[in-house]
Amino acid sequence: MAKTVGLLLAGLVACYGLNWFLAEFIEVVYVDYLNLIGIAIVLAVGLNVINGLTGQFSLGHAGFMAIGAFVAGLVSIQLTYGEMSSGPLELAGLGTFLLSLLLAGLAAAVLGVVVGAPALRLKGDYLAIATLGFAEITRILLTAQDSLGGPTGIKRIPKMPLLPGTGAWDGGTSVFWIFLVVFTIVLFSARLQRSTYGRALIAIRENELAAETMGVRAARMKVMAFVYGAFFAGIAGGLYAHYQHSVRPDDFTSIRSIEVVVMLVLGGLGSITGAVLGAVAVTLVPQLLRPLEEQLQVNGLSMVVYALLLILMMIFRPQGIFGQRELSLKLFRRILPGGRK
Amino acid sequence: MTALLATENLTIRFGGLTAVDGFNLAIEPGDLFGLIGPNGAGKTTVFNMITGVYLPTEGSVHFDGKLVNGLQPAQVAALGVSRTFQNIRLFDELSVLENAMTGAHQHAKINLFDSLLRTARHYREEQRQRDRAYELLTFMGLEDRAGLPAKQLPYGHRRKLEIARALATEPKLICLDEPAAGMNTGEKAELSALIRKIRDELKVTVLLIEHDMKLVMGICEKIQVLDYGKTIALGTPQEIQNNPKVIEAYLGGE
Repeated sequence: MAKTVGLLLAGLVACYGLNWFLAEFIEVVYVDYLNLIGIAIVLAVGLNVINGLTGQFSLGHAGFMAIGAFVAGLVSIQLTYGEMSSGPLELAGLGTFLLSLLLAGLAAAVLGVVVGAPALRLKGDYLAIATLGFAEITRILLTAQDSLGGPTGIKRIPKMPLLPGTGAWDGGTSVFWIFLVVFTIVLFSARLQRSTYGRALIAIRENELAAETMGVRAARMKVMAFVYGAFFAGIAGGLYAHYQHSVRPDDFTSIRSIEVVVMLVLGGLGSITGAVLGAVAVTLVPQLLRPLEEQLQVNGLSMVVYALLLILMMIFRPQGIFGQRELSLKLFRRILPGGRK
Repeated sequence: MTALLATENLTIRFGGLTAVDGFNLAIEPGDLFGLIGPNGAGKTTVFNMITGVYLPTEGSVHFDGKLVNGLQPAQVAALGVSRTFQNIRLFDELSVLENAMTGAHQHAKINLFDSLLRTARHYREEQRQRDRAYELLTFMGLEDRAGLPAKQLPYGHRRKLEIARALATEPKLICLDEPAAGMNTGEKAELSALIRKIRDELKVTVLLIEHDMKLVMGICEKIQVLDYGKTIALGTPQEIQNNPKVIEAYLGGE
């Protein structure tokens, strides 16, 4: 427990340091990539608990993110301006910001229960279709609300609050907040995995009937996995809303859900390290290929090459980059000279 | 003495097939009870009804005085019934130790936040599960394989690990579904001794399905014979061996 507080404080300091460093030395364009990577990591590591650990094929992560984004946006607009109106963008107060993220997470978690409950009955492909449908319903319902701006969504979502010493920079404190959440979810997920709950989730994935007859309440555990993933996806949505200052329902199409699954499969389903790496790759590779596209003057080339890379990856390394392994201190100890095996 | 496990008129139909028909069973605490019968007699189906995997079409299962049918498998496990599987069902990606620890999961008295925040309760629970799992692996002679992924275990050891995992649920009754299948003579002798130790030392009542007659006759005190979903005989090994109906079921009639 004391260790947890210490670790979270250390994470806080590290994220502040990172934010400060980037503000001093790095161009804002690159920071934008970094933040999108951060949000992708939160999504991927959360989904990994559902798809990777528990083995439930969920294809609706964008739905949870959408709810989080809209809840966080609306809450902070309401508390900052009092109503939706035009005017300059303002900073959210620290309390408003944190409250909006918490509510975003909770709203998504409630939806996680709603989606997790039918998941008790559906398996494999059927669950994938059902969750995909759920995410689409969420998006379409949001689009249909004129009070939420319809297809154009909500705008003028307040910026993330500043911290002492992080004033005059376009990136603001985005890196700090986003990576603080990244740090938290990676820490919690690693701990979840190495606990009686993690083993129970893996047991369900490996053999559900055996898990149940050994006393693992599969239904309850599956809902728990969904709630966990959804909670963090909601927070990721909230961060995204504060970062982009506006959200449209079409930011959360099924393409995004599929993207998160691709991150997991690419990195290695069931591995947190893999999820992080997958999130980095899927966010970055299309961007890195763009200069190639411009140079050769072939539109869409970057996406073609990206898709080809995915296909080749699945042919030659179907278990993903990391398989089910994790990068941990133990591994370093084994590699370093003089380390014990 | 009241029965620990009692089934009454237990019947299950799959479409037109009556797999188990009016099956009565009474197992008393401390029994080492054999359930035998030719292939397809319905033995595993009985196990599935006892452990909540199948819902019987008719009849009832009582365990420790409580009605079992209608309960989920995890609820039956919580009452104190555990089992192994004819077709081994281990958690292949978990280690041998973790497989056994999963059996102890149902007695965890912590919540998710204890594990996420790594409270003292979390560490105590991990220690409890690890200690218990290690004890049972030692009991089954698997302690030096504890760190191995379960999928790397040789066949005979996989069967033993299933028993260790089932024992980690702290059952009152353990149902073993053909534990000796595929084992050689030496392994079978060792297994017989272990099953006896489970009953005598761990004080767990044993219900055994087994095709190896030498093993069943050697360790069981009571045997019930099932054929085409119906009980055809019940008695001591001696009585069973001399029962003409049993001989007919196994060797065929005239």
